[in-house]
Amino acid sequence: MISIKNLHAKIEGKKILKGINLEVKPGEVHAIMGPNGSGKSTLASVLTGRDGYEITDGSVIFENKNLLDLDTEERAREGIFLAFQYPVEIPGVSTTNFLKTALNQIRQHRGEKNLDAVSFLKLVKSKMKLVDIDQSLLSRSLNEGFSGGEKKRNEIFQMAMLEPKLSILDETDSGLDIDALRIVANGVNSLKSKDNASILITHYQRLLDYIMPDFVHVLFDGKIVKTGNKSLALELEEKGYDWIKVKHSSLETI
Amino acid sequence: MSSDDQILEEFTSKEYEHGWSVNFEADEAPMGLNEEIVRFISHKKNEPKWLLDWRLKSYRHWAQLKEPKWANVEYPKIDYQGIKYYSAPKKGGKIKSLNELDPEMIKTFERLGISLNEQKRLSGIAVDAVIDSVSVATTFKETLSELGIIFCSFSEAVHEHPELIKKYLGSVIPAADNYFSALNSAVFSDGSFCYIPKGVRCPMELSTYFRINAANTGQFERTLIIAEDDSYVSYLEGCTAPMRDENQLHAAVVEIYAAKNAEVKYSTVQNWYPGNKDGTGGIYNFVTKRGICAGDHAKISWTQVETGSAVTWKYPSCILKGDHSVGEFYSVAVTNNYQQADTGTKMIHLGKHTKSRIVSKGISAGKSQNSYRGHVKVSKRATHSRNFSQCDSLLMGNQCGAHTFPYIDVDNSNSQIEHEATTSKIGEDQIFYCKQRGLDEESSVALIVNGFAKEVMNNLPMEFAVEAQKLLALTLEGSVG
Ligand SMILES: Nc1ncnc2c1ncn2[C@@H]1O[C@H](COP(=O)(O)OP(=O)(O)O)[C@@H](O)[C@H]1O
Ligand SMILES: [Mg+2]
Repeated sequence: MISIKNLHAKIEGKKILKGINLEVKPGEVHAIMGPNGSGKSTLASVLTGRDGYEITDGSVIFENKNLLDLDTEERAREGIFLAFQYPVEIPGVSTTNFLKTALNQIRQHRGEKNLDAVSFLKLVKSKMKLVDIDQSLLSRSLNEGFSGGEKKRNEIFQMAMLEPKLSILDETDSGLDIDALRIVANGVNSLKSKDNASILITHYQRLLDYIMPDFVHVLFDGKIVKTGNKSLALELEEKGYDWIKVKHSSLETI
Repeated sequence: MSSDDQILEEFTSKEYEHGWSVNFEADEAPMGLNEEIVRFISHKKNEPKWLLDWRLKSYRHWAQLKEPKWANVEYPKIDYQGIKYYSAPKKGGKIKSLNELDPEMIKTFERLGISLNEQKRLSGIAVDAVIDSVSVATTFKETLSELGIIFCSFSEAVHEHPELIKKYLGSVIPAADNYFSALNSAVFSDGSFCYIPKGVRCPMELSTYFRINAANTGQFERTLIIAEDDSYVSYLEGCTAPMRDENQLHAAVVEIYAAKNAEVKYSTVQNWYPGNKDGTGGIYNFVTKRGICAGDHAKISWTQVETGSAVTWKYPSCILKGDHSVGEFYSVAVTNNYQQADTGTKMIHLGKHTKSRIVSKGISAGKSQNSYRGHVKVSKRATHSRNFSQCDSLLMGNQCGAHTFPYIDVDNSNSQIEHEATTSKIGEDQIFYCKQRGLDEESSVALIVNGFAKEVMNNLPMEFAVEAQKLLALTLEGSVG
């Protein structure tokens, strides 16, 4: 589905990504873990085409297309979705209205007709259940005055509505209590299919108690320094990130 | 370059949609302004002597006044002798039925999306269409007259209902009120007149559509709305003009009289030509609008969406004379390129327990300047009165300006005044968020801006709201983000 090769990126002249290699196939769940500042959100931003990043080397192929040639909205319409670490507020625009506009633009891109009001509402109703989100929340201004947990649930709700091929969840678990975490995880699990894939960016392994990853990668200083399965996450939980830091920092100083 | 700046650049290519003009044969006054011109206009309209005298008095007063300079706008000196003060399409004017109307004119309005053909109108809106200085058609007159509602051109009202005109003309806005109202009182050519009798709820929206067509002419129309006790009317005003390199002057006067328990809603979507992206041409829009809640429990509500004009100077106001009367002002003003807007309201509380609400949303883009200017005055007698003002500014890019000038005067101790103001920038992260969900840049900007203006847009009648939303997006596309 997506193939990232030797990806290097800079922001404001500062090297952040220093040669990322990652291959995600349909049906897979990949977890990317790593200490703060290691470049996890930067990777998400680069994959979704945010302004301000300079790609200095490498390539990203998504569904046979050169992803880095596409605009942000084209990538989204091709099926890339980012659940934001910090979702923004848009005053005066309801989630429902926002999603109707988004969904119709995605459908137009696929050559499909706009959904009529009734079908759209049906879709909303069915997806609301998945993340246990309240109708009243959806008619309020997007994310305005939402609690941390409501914002994250709203992100997963949007993901459910837009049915992306590749979902990138950036620290969707942080700031959630156990109940909210379970709801979010349930949402993600029930959306999982053999045709889509997800990349879960997380700082803690507890999300992985609820969503079983096929692979766990450790990102440190702009590189994936270790790849394993669920047990790697548990090992990180036990030992912390320090042993990785020591190992790789010392490599660099040699 | 940040994405905000790119949006600004990309959007500067769109052009004003209504920038065409049609060649009607016109009946015009010679250029310039003097007593002879005032007499010429009055004579053309076959007016009674009292009205000519009123005009002359206004003219003489105007001639002694100086153009006001306090607004936060700058423009080259207007040459009042370089303007034609009267231009009427020859085939317009005195027609008995719509069938006699010049087909060109019907087409002109259809291009603007306004059908003068009653059968073709889907929604219940009666229209008074004004081209240059003259009202050319009023629809649904008969239907309305069955309820005793008078809806006709101002000139017609002068002849058909002189007692009403004599009583109310200048009663809310005296001719001498300000420079532009004095000018308008001297040379006004036409406009709309509306009278809702006691106890009648007007069953359809009444609307006036103004179009400046001729070159080098000013437009000076006058609207007078009278709502008797316990009546209700919702009034819409729309306007466009051709693209011309010269600046054209528009100085209108709108007076509203609301008697006991009457309610008048006045909505405007102002889309005069704003000039091109280098700031050449465009309408100077110097308008005086004021309503009086003369009776107890009366209510006047102004809603305006201001997208056009090179320079806007406009403060739709309410005099809250009756006890428990209510005044509202909802405004969205969008400026782009080199546009300048200085707009706001005055709420004058005279009666006890009077309430006013001001919601102003300014959106500035390009190199434009957008000012809110408001005055809330609560007199000594107006005890237990309340005002709430909310002034929000949204900036796009970093070359534009947003300014707020609130003046508050309270002469008693048990009234309550609240004022809130915010300024925000349309965020790169908001646009990125939208784009990540599949929205293109234009839709993202349109969505964010319409969200910002929502509280005001919600006050527009349905048919108008959709138009206004598109217009907001278009104005910003055409000039900003
Ligand atoms: N706009 C920016 N300008 C400069 N440095 C940045 C910017 N954004 C992120 N960084 C830096 O890039 C590094 C990686 O950040 P980030 O990708 O957010 O890390 P993570 O998500 O793994 O915590 C950090 O050192 C951070 O300070
Ligand atoms: Mg991060």
